[in-house]
Amino acid sequence: MKAAIVLFPGSNREQDAIRAIEKITGKKPSIVWHRENSLPAGSDLAVLPGGFSYGDYLRCGAIAARAPIMDAVRAHAGRGGLVLGICNGFQILVEAGLLPGVLMRNANLRFVCRMQHLTVERVDTPFASQYAKGQIIKVAIAHGEGNYVADAKTIARIEGEGRVAFRYSDARGARDRGANPNGSVNDIAGIYSDNFNVLGLMPHPENLIDSLVGGIDGRGMFESLAEFNGIPNRAQTHDAMVDRPPPPN
Amino acid sequence: MKARVVVTLKDGILDPQGKAIEGALKSLGIAGIDSLRQGKIFEIELATNDPTAAEGVLRGACDKLLANQVVENFQVEIF
Repeated sequence: MKAAIVLFPGSNREQDAIRAIEKITGKKPSIVWHRENSLPAGSDLAVLPGGFSYGDYLRCGAIAARAPIMDAVRAHAGRGGLVLGICNGFQILVEAGLLPGVLMRNANLRFVCRMQHLTVERVDTPFASQYAKGQIIKVAIAHGEGNYVADAKTIARIEGEGRVAFRYSDARGARDRGANPNGSVNDIAGIYSDNFNVLGLMPHPENLIDSLVGGIDGRGMFESLAEFNGIPNRAQTHDAMVDRPPPPN
Repeated sequence: MKARVVVTLKDGILDPQGKAIEGALKSLGIAGIDSLRQGKIFEIELATNDPTAAEGVLRGACDKLLANQVVENFQVEIF
C-alpha cells in the first residue's frame, strides 16, 4: 500500500501516523510537503495528520485546506482514492469541503486530552473491516476544537446514509452525555464521505498500536487499510515484534 | 481604499467563548449585558479605488477563506 502523509507547517502527529502505517503494512509512507502540487504516483492512501497547522489561525484547518497540495488530495478522492484525516486532518477535510459540517470549539471550552471509548458504527469500509460492528475501542483524543456541528438536514443525510464511522461512548458502549468529550451532535467522532473512501475522525488510532502505551485498539484501522490494499495479515510477525516485554533495567 | 469585514457566528450556533466572556463581565460587576457573542474583524487595505471592484474582491475573500459559511456570516464595510 502506497501511503502519503501530507505535512503542513504546524502538523505534529505525522511520525505517529508513519509509525503505525509502517509497522502494520510493512511499507514506510512518503511525506509530501503542502507546497507540492501532486501526490506520489500510484498513491493508495493520503493521510492528513494531527497537529496545529498554521497555528489554528483564522479557523482550525482553514488555511491548510487551501494549500496547493489539497487540489491533488481532492482529485485523488474524486478518483476513489483513500483519504484519512486525523484530528487536525479531519478539520482540514471539513474546511476543504471533502467532508460536510464543521468542527467547532469544544462545548465545555476545555482542551481534552484523555483516553476515549468509541463504538465502531460499521465495518464494511476500507478503514474498519478488521473491527467488529458495534465493537467498543479505546483510543486517545487530544483536541480543543472537536465539536462536530452541521445543520439538521446535513445530519439527517449523514445518519440516513450510514456515514457515521465512530461515535463517542463509555466503556460499555453507552452514549452517556459524560462520554462525549466535546459536545458533538449525535456523539459523532468520525464520518465518511458519500463514497466511503474519505474518513475524518477526531481521535488518534495511530497512537494505540503498541501494547507498550496501554492499548492496541488503533491497529484495527491500519490492518483494515492493509487488508483493503491486498497486504496479507501480518499480525503474527507483528505481535511477536511489538509485544516483546521491555528489556530489564 | 480601506475596508472592514466583520465575521460573526450564525444564529443558533453555540458560542461557548461568548458565554465565557459574558460570565467574566458579570464577575467584574458589569451589569446590564443580556448576551454577548464573539466575532472577528479584518481591517483591509485594497489596491482599487472603485467601490464595486472592492466589494467583489472582499466578497471573494470572504467566500473563499475569511468566513466559513456553514456557521458564519460576514458583513463588508467600505470606507
